[in-house]
Amino acid sequence: MKTAKATLIWAALAAALGVPLALAAASPLLQWRGAVYIVAGFAGIIVLFLMLVQPLLIAGDLPGLSAYRGRRIHHWIGAALVAALAIHVGGLWITSPPDMIDALLLRSPTPFSAWGVVAMWAILAVALLALFRRRLGPRAWRVAHLSLAAVIVAGGVVHAMLVEGTMETVSKLALCALVVAAAVKAVAGLLARRRRAAPRAR
Amino acid sequence: MTILVLNRRSVLVGGGAAFATGVSALALPACAQGVAPTPSMPGGANNYIKGAPTVARIGKGGFWMSGTVRRAGDGAPLAGQRIQIWAHTVEGQEHEPKSHGATLTDKNGAFRLEIPQIVPVFGQPHGHLAYDSGEFKTVFLRPVMRSAKQTSLEAHFVLQPA
Repeated sequence: MKTAKATLIWAALAAALGVPLALAAASPLLQWRGAVYIVAGFAGIIVLFLMLVQPLLIAGDLPGLSAYRGRRIHHWIGAALVAALAIHVGGLWITSPPDMIDALLLRSPTPFSAWGVVAMWAILAVALLALFRRRLGPRAWRVAHLSLAAVIVAGGVVHAMLVEGTMETVSKLALCALVVAAAVKAVAGLLARRRRAAPRAR
Repeated sequence: MTILVLNRRSVLVGGGAAFATGVSALALPACAQGVAPTPSMPGGANNYIKGAPTVARIGKGGFWMSGTVRRAGDGAPLAGQRIQIWAHTVEGQEHEPKSHGATLTDKNGAFRLEIPQIVPVFGQPHGHLAYDSGEFKTVFLRPVMRSAKQTSLEAHFVLQPA
């Protein structure tokens, strides 16, 4: 029964990522794009994927991973997320520098650009703070990381939904809903654990 | 020293006055003469190439880019004006010279150029148009298609003397 549930959870995650990936790979738009642009677009999709995996890992929702291993993998996925983001932004820059400069300066005519740029800065801020999290102390780090994570999820999801790109609309909406649900669940779980732990700590 | 009292009335009156001043300042040259000049759109000049050749058609065509060119003030149609057009299409990306071409307005100030089908790029299906011949002030437009399935797009210019 336990293994059946574990298999189901991993299969659901594989489907949640695999279906949108396959549909994006079948997008007709790809035939009119250069290699760098295609890579940049998929790097953005990978960022969205990792945004789903991150809260699942840290909340211990993925069976077969101990809390310790989940945490370790969360750190590595965080680094991978920054790398994918760099490829996304760098690849789009190479594809059309003026459009990317407009986006980064928040003067782009496209409404989704600013959401993506805000999420980008929040991701970079988390990555930077993560390097100094011991010096920050657990409380300051938690408050900073959770607030920035909220900005990342909101900005990233709105950015993705407003873009008319290679992702198929329904699978994109479903994935974005899962990203939001996983983030909300992880934060709610953390707050509940803190509340239970609080009386003992005092 | 002036003491600013901000209540609902002063904010409404002050804001309204400031708004009216701003709007009339913007619209003043147009009000005096009638038709207001078209401002350039954000991102309109992106991937612009100066001096794209006048062509009968861009690539194999299949998509119609059309519009009008009029003079600010009296709104008179401007004939023989050169309009440059470029977009990311099924035949090429925005920055490629083969995606660029220009056409001239007819005696009614209308222009119409067949280009390959526009496809979404950087998240939006859109085209680019420019007036840059110097006689009037340069204007860059970036119209967005309501749907990527559309096979035509319009953009209209009202030009003011340079």
